[in-house]
Amino acid sequence: MKRLDVLVCSGTACVSSGSAELKDSLARAIAEAGLGEEIRILETGCMGPCELGPVMLVYPEGTFYVKVRPEDTQDIVQEHFLKGRPVRRLLWEGTAPTVKEVPFFARQHKLVLANCGTIDPERIEEYIARGGYEALARAVSELSPQQVIDEVSAAGLRGRGGAGFPTGKKWELMRQAPGTPKYVVCNADEGDPGAFMDRALLEGDPHAILEGVAIAAYAVGADRGYVYVRAEYPLAIQRLEGAVEQARGMGLLGEGILETDFCFDVQLRMGAGAFVCGEETALIASIQGRRGEPRPRPPYPAESGLWGCPTLINNVETLACVRHVLLGGAERFAAVGTETSRGTKVFALAGQICNTGLVEVPMGITLRELVLDVGGGVPQGRELKAVQIGGPSGGCLPQELLDVPVDYESLREHGAIMGSGGIIVLDDTACMVNVAKFFLEFTADESCGKCVPCRVGTRTMLDILNRIAAGQGIEEDIPRLTELAETVRSGSLCGLGQTAPNPVLSTLRYFPEEYEAHIRDRACPAGVCPDLVHYAVLPDVCRACDRCRQVCPTGAAQGTAGKPPYVIEDKLCIRCGACVEACPFDAVIVRPGRKG
Amino acid sequence: MNLPNKQDILSQHPRSEDRLLAILHDLQKANSDNALSREDLQLVAAHLNVPLSRVHDALTFYSMFSLRPRGRHVIRVCDSPHCHLGGSWSVLEELQRLLGVKVGETTEDGLFTLELTSCLGVCGVAPVMMVDEEMVGNLTTERLQEVLARYREGR
Repeated sequence: MKRLDVLVCSGTACVSSGSAELKDSLARAIAEAGLGEEIRILETGCMGPCELGPVMLVYPEGTFYVKVRPEDTQDIVQEHFLKGRPVRRLLWEGTAPTVKEVPFFARQHKLVLANCGTIDPERIEEYIARGGYEALARAVSELSPQQVIDEVSAAGLRGRGGAGFPTGKKWELMRQAPGTPKYVVCNADEGDPGAFMDRALLEGDPHAILEGVAIAAYAVGADRGYVYVRAEYPLAIQRLEGAVEQARGMGLLGEGILETDFCFDVQLRMGAGAFVCGEETALIASIQGRRGEPRPRPPYPAESGLWGCPTLINNVETLACVRHVLLGGAERFAAVGTETSRGTKVFALAGQICNTGLVEVPMGITLRELVLDVGGGVPQGRELKAVQIGGPSGGCLPQELLDVPVDYESLREHGAIMGSGGIIVLDDTACMVNVAKFFLEFTADESCGKCVPCRVGTRTMLDILNRIAAGQGIEEDIPRLTELAETVRSGSLCGLGQTAPNPVLSTLRYFPEEYEAHIRDRACPAGVCPDLVHYAVLPDVCRACDRCRQVCPTGAAQGTAGKPPYVIEDKLCIRCGACVEACPFDAVIVRPGRKG
Repeated sequence: MNLPNKQDILSQHPRSEDRLLAILHDLQKANSDNALSREDLQLVAAHLNVPLSRVHDALTFYSMFSLRPRGRHVIRVCDSPHCHLGGSWSVLEELQRLLGVKVGETTEDGLFTLELTSCLGVCGVAPVMMVDEEMVGNLTTERLQEVLARYREGR
């Protein structure tokens, strides 16, 4: 045991912010100070607050440093490591001395993410030291497959990938399905924009996923499996590859696992840039080397999946939960959460919010607690307008619904979904028509094109939204959008099409006045849609400093220096916003509606 | 890149159809133009004992494979909500200016191809781009120049 353990985050985000250079610089500084024997540096997975990277933790006391640069390492070594005085300027908001006092962490309940950011994901020994593979050992040596399924059912575990199907039930169906061989597939084709919990888990705790896959295989009677990872996650692939090697080397995968007669091995497969492959039937096609197009269900993969054989498909976070069910028991797992949504859920917080990043909270927490307490609320001077939850197929819930508990049923009831757990907080500067348009653009783009309602319907809805945003909307557009939404929802084969209308429907439901303003008044109340706003100079505030004229690319900002007020010539203005940014007196404003 | 080398790549993969994407990734990476040639497809078809049309059919579904020659390095700029809000559009404009190409095009020196990508999952450091397999976040003009220079010097 060393005197200090220094944990440097080496998740993709922190690597991109320079954590590798930081680690090298730390190692040098430690060696120079002659502390090499006393201090150990570990590279860990994602700690959560990626925006503040590179981040690092110093144990045993748990000092949490943010935005650490190589230049800071001398101070850390000299002050903290030698004299025991934490470097204040690098602490969370300059104050919180240890990780326990950081509000962002204090309100979380880390179960699935517990190892992420606290162990070196490339060393299986560390995972094992934290109880790793104990759940698998218990399963294969003490429990029958049916008992494993019963525990998972009793824990009330539900799929974390979006739909929330009861995991135990899925396993049960799979166990009973006739035919061999049986396959287990881990769906690591995380594609929802803004959701990156699976990446964090794959990079930060890859063995937990493998253990989950192996337990699932034991329970359903599969002897082979796949982890399908998107190609956009090279670090995750690398860490998983290493983990598979290590697990095989220790007899945790392969023939005769843990000296029992359970045999199971897993292979990695890499996607190639297709969002729809996260859909289970598309994923199956993709593993088989085909176009990743969904097909109608039934038959469900449990009956006919890979090469027509029974195939179990579970999401990364779901599989990461499995070991906790077996380790702590179903009762303990189910003690967290609500009646129908048990356990914790990882969310990716983003948007106009103080603390962004990856958080794990008990299900049933209210949106208010999640956004205001864990997330720190919207930055000062702004007002929270809506919370977009569930990714591009999710919905926008207005500020009035902040007390809705975050569980599968409550969210669905209000027009949103749990989805994969992406949350984007929108403040008063967001235009809801624009938000709906943005997400629909995504789904229309990613539609694989197989079903007409999805391929043509999303496109047509997008055309209507574009027209509304351009000030050419008509009254009939709103009923037409609703009707199209229903067709796309009911007529599409897979989840992509079925949920694609959600952003439009939820904004129509909670923010109808914004659509009406765009259509009837030809005005964008939030001042976002360029065709429905105009720029103006407040005559009393303008000091004729000439800055706006200098930055205006089209000569729309006009006036003479020293002779206020300036004016914006609407016909020339392209709404680029350069003048608003340049004005030191906030005299240039964006007004909803067209000029005149 | 010549034939024997490609045979080496193929020989690392069992003749099973579930290897198709992996083989295509490896072959594409081995080609200096970051694309797959007709000969490549024929090799794969022969290796897996499937019709050429099957290989073609599958690969054209995936945005990461290209039949058109691309630059030595592929730059993929994320344009998902986070990055968009973080200013990916201005990053894209700046990149287009620095490289002198538009999205989908390749620089004259054959070094870079500029593409868009869906979310790269590193939203905490938006705006983000991926150069080959390197993730580069918190993009600013300086950061872009520094990264391009590094790749121009051959790392």
